[in-house]
Amino acid sequence: MSSALRIVNGKIHDPANNIDGQVRDICIQDGKIVESVPADTPKIDAHGMVVMPGGVDIHSHIAGPKTNLARKFQPEDHRYDPHPGTEFTRSGAGGIVPSTFATGYRFATLGYTTVMEAAVPPLSARHVLEELEDTAILDKGYYVLMGNNSFLHRMLEKGRMEEFREAVAWWLNASKAYTIKLVCPGGDEQWKGDKNATINQIDEKIHSFDITPRQVIKALIDTANDLGLPHPAHIHCNNLGHSGNYTTTLDTMRAAEGRKAHITHIQFNSYGGEPGKNPTSKAKEISDFINENPNISADVGQVMFGKSVSMTADAPLAWMLRHVKERKWINCDTECESGCGIIPFEYQQHVYTHTLQWAIGLELFLMAKDPWRMVLSTDHPNGGSFMNYPRLIRLLMDRDFRKQEAAAVNQKALLSTSLLDLDREYSLNDIAIVTRAAPARLLGLKHKGHLGVGADADITIYDEQENIEEMFKTARYVLKDGQMFIKNHEFCADPVGRIFQVAPDYDKKIEDEIRPFFDQYYSVQFDNYPVFDTHVETEIVPTYPVQ
Amino acid sequence: MDSSVAAEPNIRVVKNATCTFCGCVCDDMELTVDLDQKRIIKAKNACVLGKAWFAEHSVDESRPVAMIEGKEVSLEEAINEAAKILVNARFPIIYGMSNSTSEAQRETVKMADLLSANIDSTSSVCHGPTGMGLQGVGEPTTTLGEVKNRADMVVYWGCNPSDCHPRLSTHYTVNPKGMYIPNGRKDRTVINVDVRSTTTTNIADVFVQVKPGSDFELLWALRILVRGGKLNSTFEEQTGVPIDVIENLASRLMSCNYGILFFGMGLTMTRGRHYNASALHMLATDLNEHTHFVVKPARGHGNVTGADTVMSWQTGYPFGINFNRGYPRHEPGEFTTTDILTRGEADAACIIASDPIANFAKPAIEHLKKIPMISFDPKPTPTSQAARVAFTTACYGINTPGTVYRMDDIPIPLRPAFESPFPSDLDILKPLVKRIRELKRAQ
Repeated sequence: MSSALRIVNGKIHDPANNIDGQVRDICIQDGKIVESVPADTPKIDAHGMVVMPGGVDIHSHIAGPKTNLARKFQPEDHRYDPHPGTEFTRSGAGGIVPSTFATGYRFATLGYTTVMEAAVPPLSARHVLEELEDTAILDKGYYVLMGNNSFLHRMLEKGRMEEFREAVAWWLNASKAYTIKLVCPGGDEQWKGDKNATINQIDEKIHSFDITPRQVIKALIDTANDLGLPHPAHIHCNNLGHSGNYTTTLDTMRAAEGRKAHITHIQFNSYGGEPGKNPTSKAKEISDFINENPNISADVGQVMFGKSVSMTADAPLAWMLRHVKERKWINCDTECESGCGIIPFEYQQHVYTHTLQWAIGLELFLMAKDPWRMVLSTDHPNGGSFMNYPRLIRLLMDRDFRKQEAAAVNQKALLSTSLLDLDREYSLNDIAIVTRAAPARLLGLKHKGHLGVGADADITIYDEQENIEEMFKTARYVLKDGQMFIKNHEFCADPVGRIFQVAPDYDKKIEDEIRPFFDQYYSVQFDNYPVFDTHVETEIVPTYPVQ
Repeated sequence: MDSSVAAEPNIRVVKNATCTFCGCVCDDMELTVDLDQKRIIKAKNACVLGKAWFAEHSVDESRPVAMIEGKEVSLEEAINEAAKILVNARFPIIYGMSNSTSEAQRETVKMADLLSANIDSTSSVCHGPTGMGLQGVGEPTTTLGEVKNRADMVVYWGCNPSDCHPRLSTHYTVNPKGMYIPNGRKDRTVINVDVRSTTTTNIADVFVQVKPGSDFELLWALRILVRGGKLNSTFEEQTGVPIDVIENLASRLMSCNYGILFFGMGLTMTRGRHYNASALHMLATDLNEHTHFVVKPARGHGNVTGADTVMSWQTGYPFGINFNRGYPRHEPGEFTTTDILTRGEADAACIIASDPIANFAKPAIEHLKKIPMISFDPKPTPTSQAARVAFTTACYGINTPGTVYRMDDIPIPLRPAFESPFPSDLDILKPLVKRIRELKRAQ
């Protein structure tokens, strides 16, 4: 059959199936990995090459209203990095926030085939879904913001936990999202309602509500677990970016009380020191906690030197960053749901704080005892572009390169961390874990991140090279659902990816509670708010509710 | 999700329908439709403009679906001819899109990419300078519901929503009660800044009359005060506004809890243009040192915001885009349509849901009339009459489903009232793009 293929002679790195560099055949039929294919099936000779599952990114900002504002915001950045089209692919703009098609092609060139958009208010669900449809190649989904939702705050305030859970399930369905996202819970209410104030500690009172961020965090973690979402609540902690915030992070993780939770870009929440003064590294304290608490997973949010954009639903954070240098600034409030701030940024080696952030990220990687729960991200584009992944992988795999890079950074900051004492080097299998197998497992995408029989045939083949950065920069072959679309480093097709959503059951009666709230406080009609099924094609990933 | 109910034979009521006339994109219309006559006989909740929009969009079935040189042809023939014109052109331009769904806009940008064409929306002759202001200095902004819920200060500057966006004040920003605005209008201060009094002045608590062409100076004076400086008398001479009035205005802006500045083409299409928009954005940014302040351009066409949004996600740029090097470039003044036409550069044009022959400057119109043109429009217009290939289309929102983006970037779904015998923009664009691809491959 034309859709069958056999990959031979490649070194397979498939940690989910305990395969670590052995030479084996991979057989593909009808988009899936199978036990065997007929002898006369076409072959790819992967001699001298490394074969891995397609990369899976658990946290990137690639689509939606905030990302698009950041795109529209920076013509100066696109100008010097055009993305020409080919016979098979669309053209676009590159830079720190590439256009949608270019985002897909560039991720795919690195060998990634699944990417999750990290934060979108439900009111903009149609927008993000349209952009995701226009994001080439990749399978994708998005996390919907619920940590600053006025209706949910009210339910919580009244202690109506059952209605709270039903409403969350309704919102997940209405927005066709993949999981619950929290960003600085309570913070946007303070920002919008109290003349740009913020909330830092999780036991402070949220402006105009009689609840605390801790209650919001606990309730949403519980709800995600109760609904049996494939990926738990995905949390951007309070107090992000501030000295001394590691205690807030520890408090947040403790609030999970043993239930599953994912802390995102945790590097930005691992700082010691006093507020307003230079931060110090608390990577060890954070690592120790995660090492001992198997219910918690995290992605690092590594900072890479060079251009970035801070784009976040944590509006007060962007305002704080604006005061670092009075650069152009975007803020966008979303009624009843969220805030947002955007600032162009640059991480510089000579700056104390930037070096410290860079070193803390690497410490978190190198101190993690279980790489299945501390996965790779740069919080693209907040810590730096996803295009930095190959360099980051080299930093993890090559101790000498790390030391060489460390020589050029702010030494005062560097020496206040333990980075130079950490001799660990990631193996190719460790990299396959933190860039593929683990994110797929944490996302509950059972057909992704491995090469076992039944898995989606999303496969990346790299030329084995001594320079790890060069090796991971451009895959030689990439397959999506069994279709080869990069062949000898060139695009030869433009397959269309899927959009994943969850659709937990809920009691329809909750709509009678939500509807009057909409009539009073929203600017769109309740009946027009849920994304119509005709709007976009999605694939529903099953949930396993706790009985 | 089906919100239509049969009231009596051949009468249909569509609830929660969307009006795509202006950038408010109100989605609470209740349309009573006579299906036999193919027209809307009642539009409950619509403003005066919306009522006219719905009433005027009956369908004239006698019109041909497509014409070449004014003669009726089949859709297929017209698509073939349009594709040939565009493929054979050396500098094709695509323009319009603001009265089209985001689905059609996405296909239009795809067509531009395929043709290595120039693409631009009507933004370049309305709020394009606002986009440039955003690119230059940023923009603190909001969705309309947050204005309803929180804004105790609403400023209308160089815009006249009472005439142009009648429901902006009554449905979203001034009159309604909100979460933290329990008494609605009573809890808000409305300020109108303009060169002359308008119907919007009638709803304002404060009117500040500025000399024509000196908005920038007035904005800058306010910035000086908000940043703690003092004004000298030259500002009064330049702006015509007494210093104590400017000081009073600045202090009101700084002392509110949540303020919003709406603005229109009184700023973006008068002296200063993108400098005015930038100054306004920067004033709002400065005000955030004192309180919470946001801005919002009062956008005109129903989906002009969608055109900016879609072009930004597909190309990185909001308007004025050229693909002739095989990738998008953006340069207002160079790749904006009126400028291209005035310089006499384009050799073919595809106009989607817009009427430049009725609106552009004379030299631009003259050039447009010289080159082969393709037009998409539900109605005969000066542009469709001058076009070599003219498609009659179904009207978005009234006849076709899809998505439009409200002036605050919020995507709103469309619930068509009745079926049109004519195809939608998207129905034509898809086979057109296919045909263009075939012709390009054969070249």
